[in-house]
Amino acid sequence: MREVRKSILALAAVAVVGALVLPAIAATTLNGAGATFPEPIYSVWMYKYNEIKGIRVNYQGIGSSGGQRQIKAKTVDFGGSDAPMKGPDLREAGLIQFPMVIGGVVPIVNIKGVGPGELKLTNEALAAVFAGDITFWDDEAIKATNPELELPNEPITIVHRADGSGTTWIFTNFLDKVSPSWHEKAGFGKVVPWPVGVGAKGNPGVAAYVQRVNGSVGYVEFAFAKQNNLSHVTLKNKSGSWVQPTIESFQAAAASADWESADGYYLVLTDQPGEGSWPIAGATFVLIHREQEDAAKVKAMFNFFDWCYDHGDEMAIEKDYVPVPENVVEMVRNTWRTDVVSGGKACYK
Amino acid sequence: MNETTRQRRVDRAFRILTASCALVVIVLMGGILFELLRNSGMSMKEFGFGFLTSDAWNPGAGEFGAASSIFGTVVSTAIAMLLAVPLSLIIAIYLVEVAHPRVSKIVGGGIELLAAVPSIIYGMWGLFVFAALMQEHVQPWLGRWFGFLPLFQGPPMGIGMLTAGLILTLMVLPFITAVTRDVLQMVPPVLKESAHGVGATMWEATRHIALKYGRRGIVGAVFLGFGRALGETMAVTFVIGNSHRISSSLFDAGNTIASSLANEFNEASEPIYLSSLFELALVLFGLTLLFQTLAHFWVSRMQRQEAGSR
Amino acid sequence: MRLRSRTQRKVADRAARVVMVPAALAGIAVLAWILWEVISRGAGALNLDFFTQLPTPPGMEGGGLANAILGTLLMTVLATVIGTPVGLMAGIYLAEFGTTSRLATAVRFTTNLLMGTPSIIVGIFVYALIVLRTGHFSGWAGGVALAILMLPVVLRTTEDMLNLVPDELRESALALGAPRWRATLTVVFRAAKTGLVTGILLAVARVSGETAPLLFTALNSFYWPETISEPTANLTVTIFNYAMSPYADWQQKAWGASLLITVGILIVTVLSRFTLRDRKSRTWSR
Repeated sequence: MREVRKSILALAAVAVVGALVLPAIAATTLNGAGATFPEPIYSVWMYKYNEIKGIRVNYQGIGSSGGQRQIKAKTVDFGGSDAPMKGPDLREAGLIQFPMVIGGVVPIVNIKGVGPGELKLTNEALAAVFAGDITFWDDEAIKATNPELELPNEPITIVHRADGSGTTWIFTNFLDKVSPSWHEKAGFGKVVPWPVGVGAKGNPGVAAYVQRVNGSVGYVEFAFAKQNNLSHVTLKNKSGSWVQPTIESFQAAAASADWESADGYYLVLTDQPGEGSWPIAGATFVLIHREQEDAAKVKAMFNFFDWCYDHGDEMAIEKDYVPVPENVVEMVRNTWRTDVVSGGKACYK
Repeated sequence: MNETTRQRRVDRAFRILTASCALVVIVLMGGILFELLRNSGMSMKEFGFGFLTSDAWNPGAGEFGAASSIFGTVVSTAIAMLLAVPLSLIIAIYLVEVAHPRVSKIVGGGIELLAAVPSIIYGMWGLFVFAALMQEHVQPWLGRWFGFLPLFQGPPMGIGMLTAGLILTLMVLPFITAVTRDVLQMVPPVLKESAHGVGATMWEATRHIALKYGRRGIVGAVFLGFGRALGETMAVTFVIGNSHRISSSLFDAGNTIASSLANEFNEASEPIYLSSLFELALVLFGLTLLFQTLAHFWVSRMQRQEAGSR
Repeated sequence: MRLRSRTQRKVADRAARVVMVPAALAGIAVLAWILWEVISRGAGALNLDFFTQLPTPPGMEGGGLANAILGTLLMTVLATVIGTPVGLMAGIYLAEFGTTSRLATAVRFTTNLLMGTPSIIVGIFVYALIVLRTGHFSGWAGGVALAILMLPVVLRTTEDMLNLVPDELRESALALGAPRWRATLTVVFRAAKTGLVTGILLAVARVSGETAPLLFTALNSFYWPETISEPTANLTVTIFNYAMSPYADWQQKAWGASLLITVGILIVTVLSRFTLRDRKSRTWSR
């Protein structure tokens, strides 16, 4: 068995050389991963930024849970999440968090003959549908608010997220607030024990399944519904009025947000007061490490985020996202200045 | 140093080089087992053997169990094998024994191509073409005539366990067919001709001569197909519905070990979540190792029996 | 075999044919349907932009998958460069040196196991091995994962092909005074060349369509692969993302990419057929 021993030695040598060489090759791109909620606007920003500045930002939509996990594991330079992390958790993980843009989650349906905004659901009916208590589209609870619609006697198929998702977090946070029975049954989080339905990956996956399956209902960020002409649902907000998802109704939901006293920008925008507020709004966040190893890379990263705040508003509005208010941007810049260091020195001037 | 000793040394070095390369295979297998074990340690400690029997999968509450994934893996593979094995034998026999040689050649080529087509294309076809057919025609029909069985109850969604099983069937079908066809073609013509010579019909010659002669190859092909179905990821993920649920209805959404991994591995946020996924991968790895080892010993037993009976 | 009447046997044969032909035709028809959908839906997506342009964000017209095509080629080449030599050498060991030794038997058995290991497991292994250690997703990791999948295929083909080389050839080379390594590399290898090339081609075709091992290793990217130590665009993960999206334009591009891969595999299959047939007629006819 001398042969075997020598072979093992040879292999070990190869392995050692490989381990030394592989990490020595440095990366040149800014890599991000996480929430799919802001993917439509991030991808436009990245595309334009690359066109103008020649800097490559590569953001992969793998879900908010994925964003948090990958940034913690340092496999990406920044993570994306629309489920905010709490202040103490951020400090424990050595991360900071800041909002990039605000959007709205909308329920979408695929029912023959029902166009965007035509179906009206009360909060109770919405929660009952997703809990599996209402199983047919012509249920009395749905017909009551939709006398003018011809609802088919077809079973309802729920489409929810299969991955850990900030969109799910925002959506179930709303259901949890407005429906005691939902609170009992499922609660809220990035992943919840869905009583019924099929799972899809990412906002795109949910939109794709709802597009394909007759009689289905799901929930996505509004841009996914609008870009693909999927039928969103009209909802009732806290002050009792029926509202449509529009940039104005998202703005109204964000209007009363108190960013100043939000530790680590932890802020929830569901079920907000206001006549015109969309009830399921939320901000989407970027996560970066407080301690940065590569000063040049952080600089490039801040340049990109700065550019998004300064020049990205119009593109965001075009995709129906609400830009972060100017005073909040200044707060974020302050956080960068004080909290992000590389080799003991502040990275953002 | 003279020429022969130098040559002998070079020869020895060459031999050791090739042996190291051969050893790579064993090191890799050991490495896979080691990494899976190491990374699933936390989950093993936390859940013990209960991991295999619990169907709780609630990342929010930190509860994990493999039962629903194992269930889905077994059911979808069972559907695929029950349908694909007889059908691929029939197609292979048809191609070799019945069809016109030119037809056999063209169709056989197409099947070989399909056996090589990546599984993601089957998954995509399943979602875009097959799921709609299932929802609008197949599932309502099954529900109407067989709805008294719990297997075919519930709303027809087009996506779910049954669709996933059927897509798996289509994926392993060309694979098993192609190998079986090769095996049947290798049956010495003399054997078949002499069977026909003593007045055997096509069916008799096939059943008693060709299938018996190629038995070992066919069993091997079936096991290869089985292994593929067990660990298939992409063809399933598109259409199974990705829900951690054990349901008596084949219309319902479910998941397999591989589809859970594809959906959740990159985004598992807590260490215990990731560790549970590693343990899930370990379960799948263990299952494939187990079945392959069984297949290996079965086939070699058949080989010994054949050798003994001759 | 129990003797039955002639009519009974005829009826059995008839019945077998009656069941078999429709079943076989139905199975073949469904398979043909899959091919047809790939061709008809994919053909519309293939234009010059598809092969030359970078992807655009959803909702923006045009764009292509040039980076993903290049990335898939790069990682496949990387896998071939890593996997083939190791597989060839290991195959030589099994066929020429080890033959029935304990190491060889163990390697043969393990190779079969590795061949049957689900590709997603290999992806997870490489994630733990490379991505976690280097701290980022990379084309390297993707290439290594594909190489691991290639290795057992190349190894098995090499052993099979070398075993087909008649012993007289080896003996005559050795008798002429050639050392073992030279006899193997020149005489034996040359005799088995076409078979080996075919085996490697088929292994390359197989791994170039793999998705699962790339999900956790190469990830994906919107840009050209400038270095291989960053997330690298590739066709199969792009197909997965695009097909699972609601955008009509992306869905069509996913079909286009599927068609491209299918055509690639068709070419390799046909090529390997030719070389094999060529070889069969020359040396295998006994």
